[in-house]
Amino acid sequence: MLKDKLADVFNEPDCATNQAKSAADKKKGCAIKGLQPGAAAGGCAFDGAKIALQPVVDVAHLVHGPIACEGNAWDNRHSGSSGPQLYRMGFTTDLTELDVIHGGEKKLWKAIKEIIAKYDPPAVFVYQTCVPALIGDDVKKVCMVATEKLGIPVIPVDAPGFVGSKNLGNKLAGETLLDYVIGTAEPDPDDIRPTDINLIGEYNLVGELGQIIPLLDELGIRIRAGITGDARYRDLTMCHRASVNMLLCGQAMINVARKMQERWGIPYFEGSFYGIEDTSAALRNMAALCVQQGAAPDLIERTDALIAREEARCWDRIRPHADRLKGRKVLLYTGGHKTWSVVSALHEMGMEVVRTSVRKATETDKAKALDLMEGNEDALVQAIPNPEMYRMLREGEADIMLSGGRTQFVALKARTAWLDINQERLYAYAGYDGMVELVKRMDLAVNNPVWAQVRAPAPWEVSP
Amino acid sequence: MNAAVLTPRKAASVNPLKSSAPLGAAMAYLGMAECQPLFHGSQGCTAFAMVLMVRHFREAIPVQTTAMNEISTILGGMDHVEQALVTIATRAKPKLIGICSTGLTETRGEDVGPELKILKARNPELADVGVVFAATPDYAGGLQEGWAIAVTALIEAFVPAEKLPTDRDQITILASSALTPGDIDELRDITEAFGLSAIVLPDLSGSLDGHVPDAYQGTSYGGTTLEDMRRLGASAATLAFGASLRRPAEVLEARTGVPSRVLDLPLGLEAADALIVALTEISGRPVPNRLRRQRSQVVDALLDSHFYYGGKSVALAAEPDLLLPWARLFAGLGAELPVVISTVNTPELAAVPAASVTVGDLEDLEHGAAEARCDLLVTHAHGRQASARLGIPLYRMGFPMFDRVGNQHRVSVGYRGTRDRVFEVANLFLESLDHEHEGEDGHAGSHTAPG
Repeated sequence: MLKDKLADVFNEPDCATNQAKSAADKKKGCAIKGLQPGAAAGGCAFDGAKIALQPVVDVAHLVHGPIACEGNAWDNRHSGSSGPQLYRMGFTTDLTELDVIHGGEKKLWKAIKEIIAKYDPPAVFVYQTCVPALIGDDVKKVCMVATEKLGIPVIPVDAPGFVGSKNLGNKLAGETLLDYVIGTAEPDPDDIRPTDINLIGEYNLVGELGQIIPLLDELGIRIRAGITGDARYRDLTMCHRASVNMLLCGQAMINVARKMQERWGIPYFEGSFYGIEDTSAALRNMAALCVQQGAAPDLIERTDALIAREEARCWDRIRPHADRLKGRKVLLYTGGHKTWSVVSALHEMGMEVVRTSVRKATETDKAKALDLMEGNEDALVQAIPNPEMYRMLREGEADIMLSGGRTQFVALKARTAWLDINQERLYAYAGYDGMVELVKRMDLAVNNPVWAQVRAPAPWEVSP
Repeated sequence: MNAAVLTPRKAASVNPLKSSAPLGAAMAYLGMAECQPLFHGSQGCTAFAMVLMVRHFREAIPVQTTAMNEISTILGGMDHVEQALVTIATRAKPKLIGICSTGLTETRGEDVGPELKILKARNPELADVGVVFAATPDYAGGLQEGWAIAVTALIEAFVPAEKLPTDRDQITILASSALTPGDIDELRDITEAFGLSAIVLPDLSGSLDGHVPDAYQGTSYGGTTLEDMRRLGASAATLAFGASLRRPAEVLEARTGVPSRVLDLPLGLEAADALIVALTEISGRPVPNRLRRQRSQVVDALLDSHFYYGGKSVALAAEPDLLLPWARLFAGLGAELPVVISTVNTPELAAVPAASVTVGDLEDLEHGAAEARCDLLVTHAHGRQASARLGIPLYRMGFPMFDRVGNQHRVSVGYRGTRDRVFEVANLFLESLDHEHEGEDGHAGSHTAPG
């Protein structure tokens, strides 16, 4: 039952946010505050589930619902694929009024059949949405029957929008993988190595894996599966034979990491590939855990050598930009681990972080951010209302804002430089190469000659 | 010859052509001044629509949600509507809140409209805010239908049912969702050339035309005001552009007695002529010289371009309001339309100059274009995947257009719009000619389909 699933997800013992909550608040679930009518922002649970699973590149993602859920949203993310493109196609049952009256199960069954016949995917992920959930379509049953009769895994993703926020949807997507996918096939025993890892909560946005894989290749570390970045269905089914899990994007899929540890004894660590120090720490932790799992101990030395070389190379490449960025003021408006992981690099540039938003950040994230901001609590803010953000930028309190697409136009209309560091971004910022890219993009943004032009008043508005 | 309208029984829509009706309604509301659209649904309904509009217009899109959850879905969402209205009225201080329902709330059977009066009466915060409701279930129609439902709702809510003394120099323009802010500006210019002033409903030209206001505003920047709405009864005539607006045009005429005409989008020589004829009749003034010269430029554009259209095979997919004029434009230049896809079935589809029109999706476009070995795909930005797979060039038209900038200023109506679009497509054909004859002497020989 979805209800039990929700309770289970809300009770996640390893979730730092959850641990800090009272018993009553735990019951209310994740991000309940964000859902105030008339003042809510962000996606629904279905959105979150789709974001988390869509990066599985070789399966068909079928949305069971009316046109809005897929028609308004397909092919709208930059998660990359090194091969198959099926995940970018939009599949939906496009429910009509008649379907709502008569029920949509039959149409769903036919849709699954059509898709398998036409596109021959290794699996179909079927997303439940609000309308069919409300009229009682039993998506799980249809998927079960389809799996049996059609001989291809058809996986129900039970996260209709109204059950909660995007973050909750991420977790429900993780549960889906645990219930139906991970551990359903076994790799060749000769093909299991102590240096096999999974990346949990990495979505290969703008192909960021391409900035990480060369580092891992050099160390002899292999990604069994991205969960779910650039994932192939088959790799996911066997990823329970990895020896180490790295959990990225902290909160989104912590349930997957913890339950894989419980079921298959795979140790996990939390880490990030954003920022130089973070990347190095992640590589070190990864190496140490691999060695603990039986990898040759020289992996640690080799990792240290690689880190030393790459960090030096990275700083060398960043330095030319530093002179052009020194003293510039940044408004960092993101959340989670990015609250602090980018700050040290900005400081290293000689830039001043005037504020950083600690939305969606854990207590640990906040502590780290506070430490980096030298204990200045005023610099740590929750949400900044748009009018206030506009005022800050218009009055020049920051030279550039780093944020997500949602606040892009607050910055641009205030005629202030802006860089996207959230999911819709156009450039990859992971690992050492990614940090160089980020610094370069900041330089290009803040030093673009356009600012002088757009800030100058029209000639007739200048008082004599 | 009438086009046969085909409605294949596909269970899975693949690569949807359609956006949702509530998105269309919200976009219409954004053409109202100082307005805050509000989706009555779960917050994803708003988030998806907002992101898509942001990517198309490259503007902040001030839309909100009633944030329905499991409990309110079961027990009823009126208190969520009430809470949302009060919160928005207090925070964003809009002049108007436009509510659109969604699949979620319509499946529940929630009837918000009749309750609005009660909500307004018991919340003093709402005293100075106009509130309007459009029933737009996601499972019926698409963007242009949702837009039209919102326009009807706006007329019923804010245009007094009374005859006003007629202002001979004022007309009302009902704008279809297929018109860009640039198109609306062009229509206004043409109208003014006849000494008429136009009230446009809804008017995206002030709100989503991409300008930089002097201060922060949390609502739409510009658009039709409620005062404008009260003056619609004084117009000499109402011109509705796009057959999707037939119903709002009828409702407006019934309320005000102002005679209305429903015209096709004035894209293409004949359709643009129909607009000019209408304005001549309404104003009683002759066609100004500059418009005569512009018409002559269209004729010249057609002459210069017909070489490249003749015999070309085009696959076209759009909502009906856009589909019809574009189909006529291609057919009128000698191109063939073996593949024509619409989002919904409407009576106007029979008039499309093609053997058949399929109510379908972009998979139908892709398969059809591959089979007919088409030379050009014409649809919105989502056609890019099909274009890449087939190696057939894509001419982008319609909503959404998320991989191009400047969409709000693209003008496709009137003589100038027609002239520019005719040339633009001709240049695409010319470019593929260049590719096919690389290394040759540039002589345009017999054509072979690419891919």
